[in-house]
Amino acid sequence: MRLWTMAVAGLGGAALALSLSALTANAQESDWEEKPYIIEDGKVDYGTYNGYRRYHNTCHVCHGPDALGSSFAPSLKDSLKTMSYTDFLEVVTNGRQAKRSGNQDSVMPSFAENGDVMLYIDHIYAYLKARSDDAVGRGRPERLPPEEDVVFQEWKESQ
Amino acid sequence: MHGFKLLAASSLVAVIGLAPSHGLANDELVEMQKNPKNWVMPLGNYAGTRYSELDQINKGNVGDLQVAWTFSTGVLRGHEGGPLVIDGVMYIHAPFPNTVFALDLNEDGRMIWKYEPKQDPNVIPVMCCDTVNRGVAYADGTIFLHQADTTVVALDAKTGEVKWSVKNGDPSKGETGTAAPLVAGDKVLIGNSGGEFGVQGHLTAYNISDGSIAWRAYSIGPDDMTLLDPENTTHLGEPVGADSGTATWEGDQWKLGGGTTWGWTTYDPELNLIYYGSGNPGTWNPVQRPGDNRWSMTIFARDLDTGTAKWVYQMTPHDEWDFDGVNEMMLVDQEIDGEMRKTLVHPDRNGFAYTLDRETGELLVAKKYDPVVNWATEVDMETGRPQVVADYSTGQQGEDVNTQGICPAALGTKDQQPSTYSPKTGLFYIPTNHVCMDYEPFQVSYTAGQPYVGATLSMYPAPDSHGGLGNFIAWDATKGEIVWSKPEPFSVWSGALATAGDVVFYGTLEGYLKAVDPETGDELFKFKTPSGIIGNVNTYEHDGKQYVAILSGIGGWAGIGLAAGLTESTAGLGAVGAYESLANYTNLGGQLTVFALPSS
Ligand code: HEC
Repeated sequence: MRLWTMAVAGLGGAALALSLSALTANAQESDWEEKPYIIEDGKVDYGTYNGYRRYHNTCHVCHGPDALGSSFAPSLKDSLKTMSYTDFLEVVTNGRQAKRSGNQDSVMPSFAENGDVMLYIDHIYAYLKARSDDAVGRGRPERLPPEEDVVFQEWKESQ
Repeated sequence: MHGFKLLAASSLVAVIGLAPSHGLANDELVEMQKNPKNWVMPLGNYAGTRYSELDQINKGNVGDLQVAWTFSTGVLRGHEGGPLVIDGVMYIHAPFPNTVFALDLNEDGRMIWKYEPKQDPNVIPVMCCDTVNRGVAYADGTIFLHQADTTVVALDAKTGEVKWSVKNGDPSKGETGTAAPLVAGDKVLIGNSGGEFGVQGHLTAYNISDGSIAWRAYSIGPDDMTLLDPENTTHLGEPVGADSGTATWEGDQWKLGGGTTWGWTTYDPELNLIYYGSGNPGTWNPVQRPGDNRWSMTIFARDLDTGTAKWVYQMTPHDEWDFDGVNEMMLVDQEIDGEMRKTLVHPDRNGFAYTLDRETGELLVAKKYDPVVNWATEVDMETGRPQVVADYSTGQQGEDVNTQGICPAALGTKDQQPSTYSPKTGLFYIPTNHVCMDYEPFQVSYTAGQPYVGATLSMYPAPDSHGGLGNFIAWDATKGEIVWSKPEPFSVWSGALATAGDVVFYGTLEGYLKAVDPETGDELFKFKTPSGIIGNVNTYEHDGKQYVAILSGIGGWAGIGLAAGLTESTAGLGAVGAYESLANYTNLGGQLTVFALPSS
């Protein structure tokens, strides 16, 4: 299991993430970028749900719970209002020395080598985009049943 | 047994006699920690009680306290730890880049010197939750600093010049430095951080004269790494057996096993034992590491000279909640069941406060110090094991299952913020969190230098309670009972101070320095400093006048987790509603505030 994941991560984060996004986006790249999530009756698709989990595994220690920002790093709920998918991917892949004023001595790490992030980067993006559109609230979103969830079916097939 | 030990101790003195400066440093500090005019180590004294004999500021006049002078560190990140005071000079430190200042108390904190190390900023992203540092240590005319990038540096206390410097770890693997050093005898003890990156936890003793390594004791690994003696090191009175630090792990998982030592170390000069705890085992997903995962989440009692463990006690075998065992170990002699015992008192992250015999490691008391603690019903006093409740066992519930309503949250009923003990009341005063969580573990893979966590958490105020996120409590460690509990809107994340003036001080996340009555918890004084307090209060006397000093500067886990406020995350748990965002109360900025009574 571990070997497999590491091998995949070794392919190179950005390339991998882009190919996944192509998969998920179902050929309609720009629509997907605008609305990368599905929400029905308050229930979210597997990608958005998994994005919530992955965000709160790796990103929340700096960006705060529910993408609301912290004393250390900005609110991604706000950032994603203006940030493109490409720019998002660029920052997560390469990291960034703090540029924002008043953010002395904080650093955004590079996650290019981290399979636990790069494999699921589209899911994290979907969750953050849903947060920034106010489409999902705080806390754990409820998941669509697998049989009604096209994203889940697609994801399972791709594995 | 006893006679043998005394003999060993006296032959030790003879050996030390050959190198006079070492012996001197030892005696010097043992004496200096008894002088209440100074504050010579982060926890005030070797016993870690943060108690001061000063009584000029007392219950009757503390309400008149005024700000005497202030000082900005020029750093915005979270300021943990607190000042040292030695003979008219105050030493304070800042988070990354770990600037150290020597301030002249004769001139309201004029800078005598300032030391700013050059560190690679790439260490910042592997520091998990902000770039905190818990303070410097003093001995033998030297200030010891443990930097974020794990460099340990000895500075001339008069000039700030570097005497020596060594590297304790490798930040590219996620090893970092946040813990304050402790000098005991001729050694400076350094713990490491990086439990969220799958590093190997260890405590290292460096010789204070030149920075050479005297010994290094890993928390986890074979006996030659852990310095455990299969026959003579005991766990609740029983020998630990061979390679106990790998025997309860599967395969090579122990190599990513964590057990970092980022909390506080205390020292009993008579027993010549040092005490500290180890943190979480590698990956927060318990399913990936079956077994007890010894010796993560463990209290260690080690011989200062050799590092060999006399006894160990694992509080949370096979952790499933991130209940690091690193909190302070307070060394106080107390009467238990009619008998005076040399005890060690340790309020753990897991919500139980432990009282042990610090000579033998015998477990005397283990009780919940927040009534909402629910992950275990009790600690079995025979086996020392917590009786885990299946509903709150994230391992039994399994991977990809969200286990709900666990109290306390991963922050613990308390984190590293050190408690205080007053010999006048016989009570411990403990800053606590009152926060619960949902926890979902899942598979993760290891990449060196990348987070190795494997769980999603959400936290919220303890349900069916006062709605706030913290309490400041008085604790009877002989019985295991809360004497009083003062609710706070936010977690209490500041180190406390008790004094002979019958006052107990602590800071709050909104930025208040508060003074309360040790008998009742009634508030006697409060003042709002410029930023939230996660630092530790101290007191000292200068020119016949008593002062109280505190570092403000919101950040750390508290600043990250609470900046946006916590909400009721799961409907039906009955949380008393959302608490407001901490960000509405306070802003970043490191500042020292020094208080005194008005001169009349
Ligand atoms: C070690 C702390 C840390 C972690 C962990 C972290 N970040 Fe960041 N991140 C930062 C900091 C600090 C900044 C702001 C840098 C600056 O000021 O330019 C930032 C900036 C960003 C930005 C740009 C925001 C903007 O408005 O320009 C994005 C996007 C981002 N992070 C995404 C993520 C994601 C996704 C994760 C989890 C996979 C993550 N970060 C984990 C610290 C962190």
